Amino acid sequence: MDRRTHDNFVERAVWPIGRGGIRYWIAVVVFAALVLAGVYAWFYQVQRGLGVTGLNQKVSWGFYIVNCVFFIGISYGGAMTSAILRLTNAKWRAPLTRLAEATAVVALLVGAVYPLVDLGRPDRFLTIFQYAQVGSPVVWDIVAISTYLVASLVFLYLPLVPDLAVARETLGPRMPRIAKPIDRFVTLGWRGTPEQERALKRGVGIMAVLIIPLAVSVHSVLAWLFAVTVRGQWHSTIFAPLFVLGAMLSGVAAVILVVAGFRKAYGLGEFITAKHFRYLSYLLLALGAAYVYFMVSEYLTEGYVMEASSGPVLEALFTGVYAPAFWSFSIGGLLLPLVLVALPGRFPIGRACVASILVIAGMWLKRFLIVVPGMAEPIMPWDWGQYQPTWVEVTITIGSAAAIPLMLMIFFRFFPIMSVHEFEEVEGTPEPRGMVLLTTSGAGDD
Amino acid sequence: MAGEISRRRLIGTLTGLGTGALAAGLVPISFPEAEAAETSAKPRQWAMVIDLRKCDGCKKCTEACQETHQLPKSFEWIKVFEVKDRQGQSYFMPRPCFQCENAPCLRVCPVAATFRATDGVVLVDQNKCIGCRMCMAACPYGARYFNYTEPPASSHPFQHATPEFPVPQQKGTVGKCMFCVHRTEDGQLPACVEACGMLALWIGDLVEDVATNGQETVRLSQFLKENDAFRYKEELNTGPRVYYIAGHGQHIET
Repeated sequence: MDRRTHDNFVERAVWPIGRGGIRYWIAVVVFAALVLAGVYAWFYQVQRGLGVTGLNQKVSWGFYIVNCVFFIGISYGGAMTSAILRLTNAKWRAPLTRLAEATAVVALLVGAVYPLVDLGRPDRFLTIFQYAQVGSPVVWDIVAISTYLVASLVFLYLPLVPDLAVARETLGPRMPRIAKPIDRFVTLGWRGTPEQERALKRGVGIMAVLIIPLAVSVHSVLAWLFAVTVRGQWHSTIFAPLFVLGAMLSGVAAVILVVAGFRKAYGLGEFITAKHFRYLSYLLLALGAAYVYFMVSEYLTEGYVMEASSGPVLEALFTGVYAPAFWSFSIGGLLLPLVLVALPGRFPIGRACVASILVIAGMWLKRFLIVVPGMAEPIMPWDWGQYQPTWVEVTITIGSAAAIPLMLMIFFRFFPIMSVHEFEEVEGTPEPRGMVLLTTSGAGDD
Repeated sequence: MAGEISRRRLIGTLTGLGTGALAAGLVPISFPEAEAAETSAKPRQWAMVIDLRKCDGCKKCTEACQETHQLPKSFEWIKVFEVKDRQGQSYFMPRPCFQCENAPCLRVCPVAATFRATDGVVLVDQNKCIGCRMCMAACPYGARYFNYTEPPASSHPFQHATPEFPVPQQKGTVGKCMFCVHRTEDGQLPACVEACGMLALWIGDLVEDVATNGQETVRLSQFLKENDAFRYKEELNTGPRVYYIAGHGQHIET
């Protein structure tokens, strides 16, 4: 690899650190305002109780549980994308892994707040650890989510260590003052010795392997929250794999959107090209096709028999009150995006983005269609429940969604947006010139 | 009915039966010492029988329950459903908490706020409940109610809420029917049983094998057998402690 490309890459990767034009600040203010509105709605709810939501005695889980599953799903896709690309040693991954891993962490932070938002007594949240009942799916969830949160933080952090050294060397005095102590603390004396390189490589390798079963476990456990009940639509053996797959699908779509957004805003077009979007689109296509298969398998076996317990829900989904949402999801949120990314031809980036938006909206809708009809279903077989979310739930939902780009923008003000170290690992380190910019990689590095 | 009366006369000679009968003043309200000792050694196992032939849907049971537990109108711990059967007729079906022996709500509680008392009644410790509502998702009968808003102020200013008498309810926690154990412990009928003018509700003890609706006392097992009693959604294997007696050729939707 030539020197110029390498230097360009480093320049683009550290460019956003400590910088921000008027457009950056406008975006930050807009997202922050939405987040603050969400936080206000939450305080409003904490003060007055869950009575301010549209939840009721029949439909006692709504937007919050939907959002919990949705955002943790997004996180899952980010972690999996990065882990899979690392493990398969995909050479094109270098400019994407950081974005994917960061998306994983911020989406998880958002998703992990929702169990707390949903609690009737958030003040007693910590007593879960005191009285923890191992037989409760809620406890499984708390354990799985917190384990996964730690793992995904480590997974983001490890490859960041050498990059911070890069940022330090490259930026010099341009380094924001606030970043310096953080930087010194987190790089842990990284000097790029061969020994350190080996340790890092092993660490990242172990995390890439670990994060996959952890992420699978989180989403399986979330599915079991529903599947261990006797409600017709929920009590299904396919739920855990269906949730895992749905999470990956929405997560890859989110990665595509995040990558596209930062590519455009931060001028990463030289390194993140149409090729990357095509490959990610293939991933989206494969996952989407698998999801269609799982869904058909689920609905065919249940719909063929039309058991008393699940029949009413299926009817409501296919032809009843939930039919508009169900068919919007099936066609607009699943089949259409798959066709969009499957077709060869022009505008691969644009098509990938449109498909991703549709998939994300569709997967949110799908989670809604799992939670709410499952709750509203007449378990005493003669009355359907109603659910009409209030402004509190809507505001919190929008605010939490806005927190994802906001946290990413803040994060990349302090940390390189693309992994320089990874780039050197897959592309090779250029021969040193007269002026040595970097001292991060070991001599024997491939 | 004649059969029941003779049966009542038969087992009426047994001592210590039918706490409800005690409350109704048929027998003096005091256990002999020996009886009390035996009771504590082998706790009662409360069960309920609901005679659908008699229920006329007046909802007196629901009202009495709400008054006793100071619940708002939307809290129907015993809820009377009007069921349309497949022949186009309708009947009324009161649904208390079934106090399942294999209770789905109890298994899923993360903090063990829901627990089973020695008398088989499933209780909620509202001082422990975190309000996750997993139990509401798990209950196949919709018997659980969440306090979304502040419950009405207690009319007993010094009342300290306990799982056995959760009055006043706590905001942000889940509550449900607990067979009025605060009353049955004192030898009174549950509020709903006492209020039922049709005598459709029976409270019984599986250990002593008796049940009473406040007027009559029967041998529980025989009463259930002779009237072809069934348990709602038996196939779920939750083991309800509530039995229904169908009548009038109703088709029971399960």
